[in-house]
Amino acid sequence: MRNALRRVIPQLVTLAALVALISVFFPDVLRIEVMDGRLVGPVMDILKRGAPVGLLAIGMTLVIATRGIDLSVGTVMAITGAVAAWSITQGYGLGGALVLALLAGVAAGLWNGTLVAIAGIQPIVATLILMTSGRGIAQLVTEGRILTFSHEGLAFFGSGTLLGVPVPAVLWGATAIGVALLMTRTALGMLIEAVGVNRSAASLAGANARVLIVAVYVTSGLCAALAGIVATADIRGADANNAGLWLELDAILAVVIGGNSLLGGRFSIAASVLGALIIQTVDTGILLAGFPSDYNLVIKAGLVLLILVVQSPNLAHRWYALRRTAREQRKAAMTSAKEPGE
Amino acid sequence: MNPRLYPLAATIAIFVLAWVICVMQFPLMLSTRVIGNLLTDNAYLGIVAVGMTIVILSGGIDLSVGSVIAFSGVFIAVMLRDTGLHPLSVFALLLVVTTGFGAGMGGLIHALAMPPFIVTLAGMFLARGAAYMLTIDSVPIDHAFYDLLDDAYYLMPGKGRLTLIGVVMLLTVAIGMIVAHRTRFGASVLALGGGEAAARLMGVKVGHTTVAIYAFSGLMAGLSGIVFSIYTSSGYPLATVGTELTAIAAVVIGGTLLTGGAGFVFGTLIGVLTMGLVQTYIVFDGTLSSWWTKIIIGLLLLSFILLQKGLLRLTTARLQP
Repeated sequence: MRNALRRVIPQLVTLAALVALISVFFPDVLRIEVMDGRLVGPVMDILKRGAPVGLLAIGMTLVIATRGIDLSVGTVMAITGAVAAWSITQGYGLGGALVLALLAGVAAGLWNGTLVAIAGIQPIVATLILMTSGRGIAQLVTEGRILTFSHEGLAFFGSGTLLGVPVPAVLWGATAIGVALLMTRTALGMLIEAVGVNRSAASLAGANARVLIVAVYVTSGLCAALAGIVATADIRGADANNAGLWLELDAILAVVIGGNSLLGGRFSIAASVLGALIIQTVDTGILLAGFPSDYNLVIKAGLVLLILVVQSPNLAHRWYALRRTAREQRKAAMTSAKEPGE
Repeated sequence: MNPRLYPLAATIAIFVLAWVICVMQFPLMLSTRVIGNLLTDNAYLGIVAVGMTIVILSGGIDLSVGSVIAFSGVFIAVMLRDTGLHPLSVFALLLVVTTGFGAGMGGLIHALAMPPFIVTLAGMFLARGAAYMLTIDSVPIDHAFYDLLDDAYYLMPGKGRLTLIGVVMLLTVAIGMIVAHRTRFGASVLALGGGEAAARLMGVKVGHTTVAIYAFSGLMAGLSGIVFSIYTSSGYPLATVGTELTAIAAVVIGGTLLTGGAGFVFGTLIGVLTMGLVQTYIVFDGTLSSWWTKIIIGLLLLSFILLQKGLLRLTTARLQP
């Protein structure tokens, strides 16, 4: 537990610093009020709006841990949102809509996973195929329109509350905790890390790399399906062109901010989810602080660069070298200072 | 035939076959008007895809180009609106800025030893953000010189127009072919795509080459931005969202290996034209919805990637005793 906490300290510090920075411009940032039986306030807003990226980041973390990448999650959101809205308007009911949307997510994950694990195509290329054609498929489902619906049951997933907390936030938190527990309490997490570090060594050691890789892409597809349902339910309509647009990049960014290496191996779901929170806090904070939203992208770029510099293997190497020479010099100075006395 | 030429041959064969099918259904598609429009409409994409080909040949990727094109358009429009500079000097200034931007990204990739994917992602945010900071509106370009550029075309027999920007695209492809396949820099790029450690042992200056690769891509993106601003006569910060992915798709359809080390700039031109042909066909047909473009391009991508994979397996099987 203490190790897990120590792992996310940089992310927590960043988040705290961001909140402190925002509170300079907008002092009420941490205030939460109860209004009509639901909690309202900037924090709740961040938790709710950050749900899609948070959900995507959970699946993306696992994919990246196997040294892969899933560029298609944004378009899978559009497809699953379109499927959910279509099934509701066709009268399949809430259960049917949810099942069909989740199945669409699983199908997308199976497609990506098969291309990567069995056909042996580079992940970035394999998922690029669905990324370019996925919006076409979503438009095929919605027939090029924005498919709107009025169904309170489905809308609940976007704008409802559970015990006063927005449902998207609950969904996000529950998925994160569920997946994190599954990874830390079973051998799954270790096996995924093993595949990411060295796939052939993991296979030789008995891990079924093929099944594991397909499974992580399916998980990513499922997370994208949940995110798609949330996004569609939130606006009560499926927008094939704009749902989840560029969220794959935000999700990858969240994983990177979470300190996970893009080269696979050790991963932390909690850190990725905190990364998603950091991104959303920046987005919301810029609005709250009254800056024009045009600054958003530049600030994000600055953030990425900062993280890159901190994470860079080259710089870390130089830093250690610098510290070692400093230590040796100090030691040398101490011994030379002692010598005359002896 | 050299197995390295198979993907290129397949690309050309598919393009010719697709065109024959199109012409059989709509004989007018053979007219010079359609050919002229194909070149004009895809000019900006073709130029940026040449830069992307070099980047991908080196085993890298440049996600920033779409944003850089949008930034270029906005930069030109705002400069022409607010200053009295001649468009040509604005172009020169812009190309310096975008080349420097690309060089900066290349330097970071090398100095930080980070994946190009993430560094150019930051570049993508930065360029788009810079465009937003200049303006959030669509700024029209109203300059006599632009009218001149817009009206510059050669009337081909059959009343097709070979426009200036179409010619610029073809010239860029020709220059890209020379750079990639006939210079020391091109050889370094291909060596780097084959493997960084091996390239270093061969004596390739990895740092210099990486900076030059991304600077070249930035230059191409800037040039593409100029062409795009001539094409649309305006600058808009939300323009060309996702062009980087279209360009990558064109490069892959053109037969270049996404892992780097093998491919041809000429194939990229055919890739761009194939994608343009799909769009033209859908316009001619009239009953197919626009979203079929995306699905067909996705299928094309898939078939090319599988083809490359099969070829790779074939050649490695032959190498093993």
